[in-house]
Amino acid sequence: MIEIRGLQKFFGSNQVLKGIDASVTKGEVVCIIGPSGSGKSTILRCINGLESYSGGSIEIHGQRVDNKLPSIKAIRTEVAMVFQRFNLFPHRTVLENVIEGPVYVKGEARASAIARGKELLASVGLADKESAHPAQLSGGQQQRVAIARALAMQPEAILFDEPTSALDPELVGDVLGAMRKLAEAGMTMVVVTHEMQFAREVADRVLFIDGGVIVEQGPSADVLNRPQNPRTQDFLRRVLHPL
Amino acid sequence: MQFIEHSREYLPILMQGAWLTIQVTLGSLLLSTALGLVWAVMRVSGIPFLANLSAIVINLLRGIPIIVLLFFLYFVMPDVGIAMTALQAGILGLGIAYSAYQSENFRAGIEAVDHGQVEAARAMGMGWWMTMRRVVLPQAVKIVLPPYGNIMIMMLKDSSQASTITVAELALQGKLIATSTFQNATVFTLVALMYLVMCVPLILFVRHLEKRGAR
Repeated sequence: MIEIRGLQKFFGSNQVLKGIDASVTKGEVVCIIGPSGSGKSTILRCINGLESYSGGSIEIHGQRVDNKLPSIKAIRTEVAMVFQRFNLFPHRTVLENVIEGPVYVKGEARASAIARGKELLASVGLADKESAHPAQLSGGQQQRVAIARALAMQPEAILFDEPTSALDPELVGDVLGAMRKLAEAGMTMVVVTHEMQFAREVADRVLFIDGGVIVEQGPSADVLNRPQNPRTQDFLRRVLHPL
Repeated sequence: MQFIEHSREYLPILMQGAWLTIQVTLGSLLLSTALGLVWAVMRVSGIPFLANLSAIVINLLRGIPIIVLLFFLYFVMPDVGIAMTALQAGILGLGIAYSAYQSENFRAGIEAVDHGQVEAARAMGMGWWMTMRRVVLPQAVKIVLPPYGNIMIMMLKDSSQASTITVAELALQGKLIATSTFQNATVFTLVALMYLVMCVPLILFVRHLEKRGAR
């Protein structure tokens, strides 16, 4: 459902994406790994138009992603995003955060949005937090609210931008657990992550990106357990055995 | 004792002046808030024409003394066929002059909202205006309110500048009584006290906001 062809992106004269070709089919879980500054997050941000791109194309269901066209709004309701720093709305309660998109962007009736919002909060283990404000929650809880907020839009795919990188280590498991449940339920997911175990166990495919190009890609077991490219091997060695 | 007797005599007239002071303050407060919000939103709109226009207007207003602006509205505008009462000119002048400061305060508040908030709103399909209304402005209000309270106090005191175009507000009424009775000490003590009394609720309001903001 997501087709990326020859994607290029410049920040000033600095080229961060040098021709990315990738596709994601429905129900697939794709993890993007790579060193920081390699352009992983930029790819994600281009997919839902938070960044514009300089060359190539991105299509979702055959519709071109272009954040200067009005169609971008509809695309964004189909492709939700979960951020590294959660970005919950601090002036609204947890439940209000979850129903914000359905009610105000999609025009859904408040009552049905609330009913679904409560179910979603229960599914991420936060049924008792619906009237709390984000600041009262731990990072792990906030990120699970963010996942519920993304799901409330009933998207076809969810993009995760390093969803556990801002969390204390003991809180990472809850968030990854919620994501695993989603994957098992058949959600299409693109996940930029440093959690290699998650990638190995949950992802269907892994893309290794370095220097703005895809260095290696394939089924997660192949890329992570039997990397072919020396750069992939080097990166994995350093991530998995930092000492 | 004489002070109390004189006070009893002057207070009714001074109260009329105070009432005009309140009208000028409230009127120009509303006008400057509305205009300031317009300038601020133009400034952050990301549309170069609007942003530049807003920057020019703000700097122009900041560079002209309030008194000169008042003179312009009250004495020059009639020459081009736009006549207004002194009160109208006073409210308009102060409102326009203060819109520049309001705008800079609002803009600072809007820009202080974490950019991740805008991205989250955009990522769920909100347009520019809905992002402002539902996400950015409600958060900016909390940042903006304490300085807004200070602007209110400054406006209350600066409303006395309307006296220069014959608005018989508190300061001018005081001056008129003082010139005709020579009771300078009594009159201006009363005038100062009355300004203070009007400021107190505003000062308390600002303090309340600051406490709430610090929580």
